[in-house]
Amino acid sequence: MSETLLSVRNLKKHFAISGGVFAREVDRVHAVDGVSFDIGKGETLGLVGESGCGKSTTGRCILRLIEPSSGEVWFQGADITRLGPEALRALRRDMQIIFQDPYASLNPRLTVGAIVGEALQIHGLARSRKALEERVLELLETVGLQADHMGRFPHEFSGGQRQRIGIARALAVDPKLVICDEPVSALDVSIQAQVINLLEDLQEKFGLTYLFIAHDLSVVEHISTRIAVMYLGRVVEIAPARDLYDTPLHPYSEALLSAVPIPDPTVKRKRIMLQGDVPNPIRPPSGCHFHTRCPIARPDCSERSPELRESRPGHWVACHYRG
Amino acid sequence: MAEKLLDIRGLKTWFKTDDGVVRAVDGVDLHIERGETLGVVGESGCGKTVTARSVLKLIDMPPGRFEAGEILWKGRNLIPVSAEEMDKIRAREIAIIFQEPMTSLNPVYTVGDQIAEVLRQHEKISRRQAIEGAAEMLRLVNIPNPGKRVHDYPHQFSGGMRQRVMIAMALSCKPQLLIADEPTTALDVTIQAQILELMQEMKDRLGMSIMLITHAMGVVAETCQRVVVMYAGRVVEEAPVEALFGNPRHPYTQGLIRSIPRVDRGAAHKERLEAIPGSVPSLLSPPVGCRFAARCKYAMDICVKAMPPLKEVGPGHRVACVL
Repeated sequence: MSETLLSVRNLKKHFAISGGVFAREVDRVHAVDGVSFDIGKGETLGLVGESGCGKSTTGRCILRLIEPSSGEVWFQGADITRLGPEALRALRRDMQIIFQDPYASLNPRLTVGAIVGEALQIHGLARSRKALEERVLELLETVGLQADHMGRFPHEFSGGQRQRIGIARALAVDPKLVICDEPVSALDVSIQAQVINLLEDLQEKFGLTYLFIAHDLSVVEHISTRIAVMYLGRVVEIAPARDLYDTPLHPYSEALLSAVPIPDPTVKRKRIMLQGDVPNPIRPPSGCHFHTRCPIARPDCSERSPELRESRPGHWVACHYRG
Repeated sequence: MAEKLLDIRGLKTWFKTDDGVVRAVDGVDLHIERGETLGVVGESGCGKTVTARSVLKLIDMPPGRFEAGEILWKGRNLIPVSAEEMDKIRAREIAIIFQEPMTSLNPVYTVGDQIAEVLRQHEKISRRQAIEGAAEMLRLVNIPNPGKRVHDYPHQFSGGMRQRVMIAMALSCKPQLLIADEPTTALDVTIQAQILELMQEMKDRLGMSIMLITHAMGVVAETCQRVVVMYAGRVVEEAPVEALFGNPRHPYTQGLIRSIPRVDRGAAHKERLEAIPGSVPSLLSPPVGCRFAARCKYAMDICVKAMPPLKEVGPGHRVACVL
């Protein structure tokens, strides 16, 4: 891996559930339960897992859009979790986010020009009105929109175009790291491909680093250099994208991959059916969180929690019996 | 050829809106044979859901209106059929399940009560017998502990389990046709695999036909025998599943298949996706000619002048393209 840009160490986020007359904390949701990974400069780390596995919360904790409960996030020599408000604001120039829902993440009362230009103004990156306008124009062209789109409002655009606006907004401040939180999940497949291609082009052009969060494994495999698989708040496997797909080690990764439908009726695969649903994250199973659904679980899996270990170069897995 | 259970001919379902008439379904021809699974694919707004709802006459009129065409159910046109008569068909012959199971279940009744209601419409049995029958249906769709769960309310079930409840309810009238409208879109991939397997099992056991409406090409490839591809309110291609994926003839179908990233193709990993440029035309004033012409890389003068009809290009393979 190239030089490390971001290091996440033992990140945890617990949401309190309050109840009773005094709204005391009665329980906790362990959304993120000790996550660690590195992202190298210029690479795309895919973060996959099913609903509720904590992948979005992880992304938001890195940006401190949600305050982490504990753990460290190292970026450019500083632990982000300890930064004060001023330093945090400066940092947000280097880290941006693109959201899933292009309908909910754009202010309907602002023109496209104002949406894209807002961050430039906040960070004082434009010297004059004219410079601001020129930069916004350049950004719109970069993401495949036109100059005359500047004065229009979000509702005048289709889903794919709105996602382009969201991308232009993220790029405005020349970030180093972009967290893409399900950026194509709400789009139709033909439009999805347009946005994926755009993200790839921009990465090449500006040397961007992506944390790409998604539940669609085909999309993640396509765009990622390396992939981390999450289950119930923990990373169960990290590997180079191709390695993970060719030889998944964790039984959960294996089942997840085998469940992806292949758009080719001549391909017949053996599917590993997982029984039941993902357990409740308020009381996750003891030991290995996956043991209740694991086809190869043994008695001690419910007692000992497996650590991530490097099973072969660059391929990490958290399982007592695989790898 | 097997008997046509459902035969839709030249169906036009239009909607009157403040902006004008939306031609959501604009001349659709498709049929379903006894015992087969037909996939209806297309992107948002292509008219696949309106087509399905038209069959059951679940369209609000106004603003909706059947402008032209016929819906032949076992040879009988459903369009002029009375509301009472339609209720009987919906209760006994054609069932539907929706994408979002939570919004299609009544939250204030137990699932047992809701299934029992369907059963009692079907045959003269006591309430108690009906509840027992409901538990039996829950067992059929592999819900653990059905005798107890029959008394639970919809919110006490997970998303995957709710979809099982919906399937149990739909199947309790032993329909000859099950219309499944994006049944797994809201579900995680491992749960999707469970539900698709369940539908297949139920189809074999009850000998019914399935009309599966989806935007996911992978799901179609793995579950359907024949496929109809829709674009902007029209059928553009119809083919047996192997022919559709092996030899797609319409440029839109080709584009759809090529724009999806493929998990199973190792070597082609970093190949660029082939995106379809542009977006879907407005159905308020659709183009006169081929509706895909504006996005089609092969488009010629003739394409924008007249709408190409579906013509046979192989056994059971029809395509609406001049090429």
